Amino acid sequence: MTQIFTDSGAMVPVTVIAAGQCTVVQKRTGERDGYEAVQLGYEEVAEKRLSAAELGHCKAAGVAPARILQEVRLDEPSEMEVGDQVTVSLFSAGDKVKVTGRAKGRGFQGVIKRHNFSGGPKTHGSHFHRAPGSIGASAYPARVQKGQKLPGQMGNHKVTTSNLEIVEVDAEENLLLIRGAVPGGRNGLVRITRA
Amino acid sequence: MNLVDKIEARYLRDDLPDFRPGDSVRVHVRIHEAGKERIQVFEGAVIARKGGSSRETFTVRKIASGVGVERVFPLHSPRIDKIEVTRRGRVRRAKLYYLRSRTGKSGRIRER
Repeated sequence: MTQIFTDSGAMVPVTVIAAGQCTVVQKRTGERDGYEAVQLGYEEVAEKRLSAAELGHCKAAGVAPARILQEVRLDEPSEMEVGDQVTVSLFSAGDKVKVTGRAKGRGFQGVIKRHNFSGGPKTHGSHFHRAPGSIGASAYPARVQKGQKLPGQMGNHKVTTSNLEIVEVDAEENLLLIRGAVPGGRNGLVRITRA
Repeated sequence: MNLVDKIEARYLRDDLPDFRPGDSVRVHVRIHEAGKERIQVFEGAVIARKGGSSRETFTVRKIASGVGVERVFPLHSPRIDKIEVTRRGRVRRAKLYYLRSRTGKSGRIRER
């Protein structure tokens, strides 16, 4: 993240995203596949980086080998054809978008870090420090309630943040400047959708 | 050059004087009030510079009617009209927070 200044001098926190260019590699149509979608390829790679199957798939479509292939569902049949480019020009400043990414993985964490439990006193003879405490009653219901907050894997899961504002679109460099933070770490992969 | 540096480079100002913590400055700030713009001057000693690139800020401290007043300015903000350096100070650290607890003779900064 960084920050930029508006003309009036206000400071705006932004995330800089290198968005696109994505190439349409395949089309899904209602009559053939039962749903409408386009498969987008992002980031050109050397041929040796891909498996024979992936490479053949790109070659058949007549597009450059792409590192990432992902489908985007559409509500209605699209006019895009295989080989078309999808660029940042889809968006304009002021648009609201959803950004989906993969949260930074934090491994197996206890309840204090994972669920913001407060924990017990560190001193004054206390033996109760970072444990979760009581996780339910006794003979009734004689089990732990589903959804009980316990230690476990934290992060490394999909997160979507809605209603983020696009501050600036740089069509030359294929950059999007989005107000505020987006899910995931630096250089992470995100998907940007109209909100 | 990574993308963030590229974006930040657009906002860097090159019309600012070179100044360090310990220097005294007059900061001319553009203020919008009731549809009009006017310039307000804040004069004092620079006690810190923080951050880098377009995110850099500096802190100016002055004593106004007996009360210490500090203001933090974003260095590259377009709201700063200009910065004048009135005095160069000789100090031995980068952050002069110790001045907050000093008054009178011990709160002075030697000239460079």
